[in-house]
Amino acid sequence: MHVPDGFLDLPTSAATGVVAVGAIALALRGARRELDERTTPLAGLVATFVFAAQMVNFPVGAGTSGHLIGGALAAVLVGPWTATLCLTVVTVVQALLFADGGITALGTNVVLLAVVPVWVGWGVATLVARFLPASRLRAAWSGAAAALVSVPAAALTFTALYAVGGAVPVPLDALAATMLGVHALIGLGEAAVTFGVLAAIAASRPDLLPARFAPAPAQAEAVAA
Amino acid sequence: MSAPARAAARSRSFWWVAGGVVLMVAVAVSALASAHPDGLEWTAEHLGFGGAATDSVVAALPTAGYGIAGIDNALLSNGLAGLLGVLVVAAVSLGLARLLRSGRAN
Repeated sequence: MHVPDGFLDLPTSAATGVVAVGAIALALRGARRELDERTTPLAGLVATFVFAAQMVNFPVGAGTSGHLIGGALAAVLVGPWTATLCLTVVTVVQALLFADGGITALGTNVVLLAVVPVWVGWGVATLVARFLPASRLRAAWSGAAAALVSVPAAALTFTALYAVGGAVPVPLDALAATMLGVHALIGLGEAAVTFGVLAAIAASRPDLLPARFAPAPAQAEAVAA
Repeated sequence: MSAPARAAARSRSFWWVAGGVVLMVAVAVSALASAHPDGLEWTAEHLGFGGAATDSVVAALPTAGYGIAGIDNALLSNGLAGLLGVLVVAAVSLGLARLLRSGRAN
């Protein structure tokens, strides 16, 4: 969902730019609290995996495709502040090096890809995890639920931005319906990939999962044995 | 092997495998990516605002569009672009993470 230059008018793009800068500033501070020996290398892995996975479009329905955003996955693994930074790094590299997403649209893309999916994902994941027993797949299920919601949330945000500053007048109900419909499907793919990655990590290195999503200590030991 | 040695070996192998997966996805799996327009592009075409898009100012970069200009083989071009992106993202994200950690009082 990389927005090119021209879709949104300049005032709206500038406004999202301000929001993006604010979010990044807050994330730089918040990440300081999150980054430790576990999350620092994991942040690099998360950022590179997200970049790689975003290159892989999968077909959804006739004639369209989607790709992983990775915000929910990142939030579960390294915390929301660090995840915001990881996704921002990816989005900025994509825009500046590969012309994926516009330059005036960079603030918009940071909001849509680094802020909304991460924080919506974080909210859903932490909520779901609270109701799940400390099982081997707690992270995977929490992350999958978060991923499922995060993608349509980003699509809805784009729709709202377009309602405010879209360049070409378009019936909003049609825009919302189309964006949400397609991105609900993409969300299914996102949920599946997120589940798979978190399940794989839980099976091999449950110690890398944060405590609130981790399996019970006895199960973690069973993996390490 | 003692338990700590086993744990250390398991730790190293995880990072090698994970790194390998990332590179494989960026370099090889990306070549299989669907060519269909993504959800936003498709919506834009469908509803008539696709034409509003203008080229990015960096559209002339040799790496624009996830390829390397001058390399005719599409798979090689895409794969190298993927590798480049992974390396740049790794350097920036790890550099930033280290910087933020070192700035902490504890």
